[in-house]
Amino acid sequence: MKVLVCIKQVPDMESRFKANSSGNWYDEADLAFRMNEYDEYAVEQAVQLREQLGDAADVTVLSIGPDRVVEALKKALAMGCDRGVHVQDPAVSLKDPWQIASIIATYAKDKGFDLIFTGMQSQDRGSAQVGVAVAEQLGYSCATTLVGFSFADGVVTAKRELEGGLKGVVKLKTPALVTCQLGLNVPRYPTLPNIMKAKKKEIAAIPGVDVLKEEALAATASVYPPARKGGGIVLEGDLNEMADKLLGILKEKTAVVR
Amino acid sequence: MKALLVCEYREGKLLETSYELVAFAEKLGAEKAMVLIGSEAEAPKVNGTVYLADAGKYGEYNPDVHKKIVLAAIERENPDYVVFVHSSYGWDLAPRVAANLKAAQISEIVDIVDGKFEVGVCNAKLRRTVTPKSGKAVLTIQAGAFSAAAASGTPQLERIEADGASVLEFVGYEPAEKKDVDLTRAEIIVSAGRGVGKKENVPVIAALAKAMGGELGASRPVVDAGWVEHSHQVGTTGQTVSPKLYMACGISGAIQHLAGMKKSDFIVAINKDKDAPIGEVADVLVVADVLQFVPALTAKFQ
Ligand SMILES: Cc1cc2nc3c(=O)[nH]c(=O)nc-3n(C[C@H](O)[C@H](O)[C@H](O)COP(=O)(O)OP(=O)(O)OC[C@H]3O[C@@H](n4cnc5c(N)ncnc54)[C@H](O)[C@@H]3O)c2cc1C
Repeated sequence: MKVLVCIKQVPDMESRFKANSSGNWYDEADLAFRMNEYDEYAVEQAVQLREQLGDAADVTVLSIGPDRVVEALKKALAMGCDRGVHVQDPAVSLKDPWQIASIIATYAKDKGFDLIFTGMQSQDRGSAQVGVAVAEQLGYSCATTLVGFSFADGVVTAKRELEGGLKGVVKLKTPALVTCQLGLNVPRYPTLPNIMKAKKKEIAAIPGVDVLKEEALAATASVYPPARKGGGIVLEGDLNEMADKLLGILKEKTAVVR
Repeated sequence: MKALLVCEYREGKLLETSYELVAFAEKLGAEKAMVLIGSEAEAPKVNGTVYLADAGKYGEYNPDVHKKIVLAAIERENPDYVVFVHSSYGWDLAPRVAANLKAAQISEIVDIVDGKFEVGVCNAKLRRTVTPKSGKAVLTIQAGAFSAAAASGTPQLERIEADGASVLEFVGYEPAEKKDVDLTRAEIIVSAGRGVGKKENVPVIAALAKAMGGELGASRPVVDAGWVEHSHQVGTTGQTVSPKLYMACGISGAIQHLAGMKKSDFIVAINKDKDAPIGEVADVLVVADVLQFVPALTAKFQ
């Protein structure tokens, strides 16, 4: 059973963001990068499947981007993936989702992966397209937004999250691709011994140009901070003073605090 | 300019969000046609063409078949834009349709700015305008970003068929977990977000809720981590609430959370990040560490 997990490295969402000088993406200077949260669920699920199947399974983790994404790959290897693939592309942020998907599909096409895991979306771009587009390009069956996953006899049973707490259960045969959602599992922390073991695992480097076959279908016109509506009161400073002020405001403005 | 709007249908009902698509088409200034895999009785009340396929025959969730039906409608209508709501239905189906057309997809549009589509970046901390480079484009609109148009009009129904063979088997729905608390009736909700740090800190927030005579709410990661029961979750996949006072403690203000609480009468956010998107909807933003500020506030109520 050959498994592929696709991961992206994204900035910590608690950072301050500003547009870059070309105005087409955010300025990456001074940002701390980590594995996209949704992709952590994908890695965890792939590793759990590997544990279920033992050595009959082999899990490759792939990331596209500049050199720093190797850190995310190393984390996935330390979580239990078997091998890494780094598609080297320093200008990854300027590719559209269709191109990203085509890079993955081009890499995966002749490798015979039975199952592909991705996150349901990235935290920075949030397009929620790449996984499904990979499946379409490869002709795999696909289910999105998984909060439940099981595998037996070549069939994936997937629990999809719908709105308002409702879930939809589907079965799909491999080869298949699933996109993972918050709550699917609890991603493990790599332990020190596993981090050491991961150092010996292979990370193959592939030049991005070798696997990019498609032109972009969409272009970013501009990136800018949202217009602050403002209006709200901002309290800063001494805790006790702020608590008093807030209490005063609540008494004045709401009917429920007296 | 023409837009084909893809309606949503679940458990035998047309979803109200379908009318948000109509509002979007109006804002875009596009002529509209709609497509529904559902039932005649639930056809949207709009003037104009509605392509209708029977959900009894094709299933409510069967994306590879729904894809073929939407493609068949596109073939008949030849629209410039194919528009979905960015929902569990839309984000699942839209990329399949886009890939088949080899068309650009622009996801989760919040506005139209000078003819370009505006979307959020990094939890809405930045905005981005996107333009398609393909002839046709597939769009998904953020749920709630375009207020639903009124349901009025008489559709002209056109039956549409497709090959119904599917690679996917829909087994069934699983209902939402039972609620042990009804947040929809609460007048005061004090919600804990990931910013509370760990399960052991949740009682700090619960104590404030109690001191104020309110209920404890939570954002999703807090629920997923098992710190708080699901019935307390506020948001698209939790509950939609509208209390007189909502206090968001260590919650960043992601759209899926806001969707569940932004109708609250008065919103207080406590966050150490002054730029957190929750600040956009908060009447009062307290810039502080929740674990320090919340006990100080609780003391005032005791
Ligand atoms: C399909 C889908 C459905 C979803 N449904 C829901 C839903 O129903 N409800 C929901 O809530 N989310 C939902 N989400 C998740 C949503 O996108 C966000 O991930 C989630 O709301 C973030 O929760 P949070 O604000 O608690 O955590 P984070 O986004 O991690 O934010 C934590 C905040 O706490 C602040 N903070 C950290 N430490 C402190 C401190 N010591 N003191 C003060 N502030 C601090 C940080 O500055 C940050 O702003 C959904 C997502 C998807 C994709």
